[in-house]
Amino acid sequence: MPRLSAALPALLLLLAACASTPEDEIGGGAAGTGEFGNGAPGSATELGSAEEPATENDVFGSAVPGTPEDFEINVGDRVFFAFDSSTLDDDARATLDRQAAWLQQFREITVTIEGHTDERGTREYNLALGERRAAAARNYLVALGVDPSRMLTISYGEERPVDPGNDETAYRQNRRAVTVINLVN
Amino acid sequence: MRRDERMVRVTTRREPATVRDWSRRQILAGGVAACALPALAAPSTALAQVRLDITRGVVEPMPIAVSPLAGDDPSLRDTGLALAEVVTANLERSGLFRVIDRMAYIQDPESLRETPRFAEWRPINAQALVTGVVSRPGAADRLTIEFRLWDVFSGLEMRGMRYELAASNWRRTAHQISDVIYERLTGEPGYFDTKIVYVSQTGPKTQRVKRLAIMDQDGHDHRFLTDGGDLVLTPQIAPDGRRIAYFVLRTPKPRIMLMDLASGRSNELGQFSGMSFTPRFAPDGNQMLLTIAEGGKSDIFAFDPATRRTTQLTRTAAIDTSPSFSPDGRRIVFNSDRGGSPHLYTMDRDGSNVQRISFERGQYGSPAWSPRGDMIAFTRITGGFFHIGVMEPDGANERLITRSAFDESPSWAPSGRHIVFTREDPQRDRTRLFTIDSSGHNLREVATPLDASDPDWSGLLP
Repeated sequence: MPRLSAALPALLLLLAACASTPEDEIGGGAAGTGEFGNGAPGSATELGSAEEPATENDVFGSAVPGTPEDFEINVGDRVFFAFDSSTLDDDARATLDRQAAWLQQFREITVTIEGHTDERGTREYNLALGERRAAAARNYLVALGVDPSRMLTISYGEERPVDPGNDETAYRQNRRAVTVINLVN
Repeated sequence: MRRDERMVRVTTRREPATVRDWSRRQILAGGVAACALPALAAPSTALAQVRLDITRGVVEPMPIAVSPLAGDDPSLRDTGLALAEVVTANLERSGLFRVIDRMAYIQDPESLRETPRFAEWRPINAQALVTGVVSRPGAADRLTIEFRLWDVFSGLEMRGMRYELAASNWRRTAHQISDVIYERLTGEPGYFDTKIVYVSQTGPKTQRVKRLAIMDQDGHDHRFLTDGGDLVLTPQIAPDGRRIAYFVLRTPKPRIMLMDLASGRSNELGQFSGMSFTPRFAPDGNQMLLTIAEGGKSDIFAFDPATRRTTQLTRTAAIDTSPSFSPDGRRIVFNSDRGGSPHLYTMDRDGSNVQRISFERGQYGSPAWSPRGDMIAFTRITGGFFHIGVMEPDGANERLITRSAFDESPSWAPSGRHIVFTREDPQRDRTRLFTIDSSGHNLREVATPLDASDPDWSGLLP
């Protein structure tokens, strides 16, 4: 008989609700929380607006102190990280020093610190890494005296790059923790 | 799934153990009643011998003939042809069979209602032959499908089954028939009567819109489960096939949701202090594993939805995430950077007895324990590429089976052989699902309407 084979074989309490920022029309159009609620591309406010720190020819001085524009332009809303790292380098600490001073000046403001990664990692690991980056920034601000109850964290992992490129230039921009002013509705 | 199907008892057992196993599975099933057929040919005490040897690394596909099923009228014959085509596509896609072109068949489907004239099948080198009949037992919306699997060289019947079903369920029956054939000829678990749940994505990379979707393993019966309003990630289907756990990256607080497939309704899995993600079902379908990230640390927790009790399994300052249960539920493989960079570790289900199992260069992640227990698939990033790899549960015999700019998130079919994963092509900004044999052969793209990622291959449907 022929046979083929024998082998068988954060806790985001939406602090906006309890913050006491006065109604501020000027700040209304800036980046804020809630981007993922609507899902329509292009309609959401942009996470990546205000990438650049202040330069001479921009609107320096035009932003009203204490507004998100003021924070983004005059303070710097984000810090960057090395690959697979949540260590704060000198530049990052300098930015966070300014953030702490600003937050101590405008004590009614609450923020959400968003942690992001580049795409060189698994999706799940990057969610954890993004959280670690957000926590690193938050811990540093706490050490400088900012009240922990004013700061929430959230991780976006690799889901919301600011630069869609696939090279180190893009990745450097995407490995970030962004301090976002919580807007009061 | 309809529950009003008539249950049928096994009438004949030519190979008692195997038939009993199949029958139990089929009879427990809600949708289709099945039973073994009495043999057409004179009963023989000899066992059929045709069997695919898949113990070696590279497999020569087995030539097999799949005849369209016979039918009394054109509509039944259409169904019989469609059934044969679904079975053919399944067997071909497995990489283990070569279905011989129908143009080479001499006997027509009607003459195959009787015992085949094997002499007419041997010249085309068919090792096995599938025949059958589709009939209408009475009601217009019901079908009876009989099929038989023959060993062409010995002339023996290897398997015969009868299914009684709602006519609309014919495609599922075709998958179940494919599973019977696959299992009988390979000795491995079938995997065709399964679903793949995944994340469908559209929009620019900086603002992707993601929706949960589910489809049969061959891409048919596709449907979207969420509307894109939430950013959804990493779905997993429960062993009962009725629920999907997934992660929603929603402000102010991301969370794990549990969807009931029948109603389409989702509820939050539970209230946790940090950000909870990576939901995984235990093999028994009850307990779950998840990651909770808080204060810069990510740890793995067990969660019992019945008692709402959460138990911490890892306790380090590092990232511990991406847990996956062994099929017996006793061990867990996970991803941790406690050693400095992301590697793979295993532990007992209570968190004890931790062992590192990956040691090569690069970053490892997203481990998935095979349903047969003998292998762990994973993602490894090294040399500027993402790879899917496999290793034994103690880390032995690691092999990388794919390489591209971005390959990740492997998930096993119940065969314990086929793996589905995500491949992103950055040049074309195109992300799709692919399947591959754990040997590294038989790479195939899975047809999806839009870009696709985060696949989870279900177990055999109950």
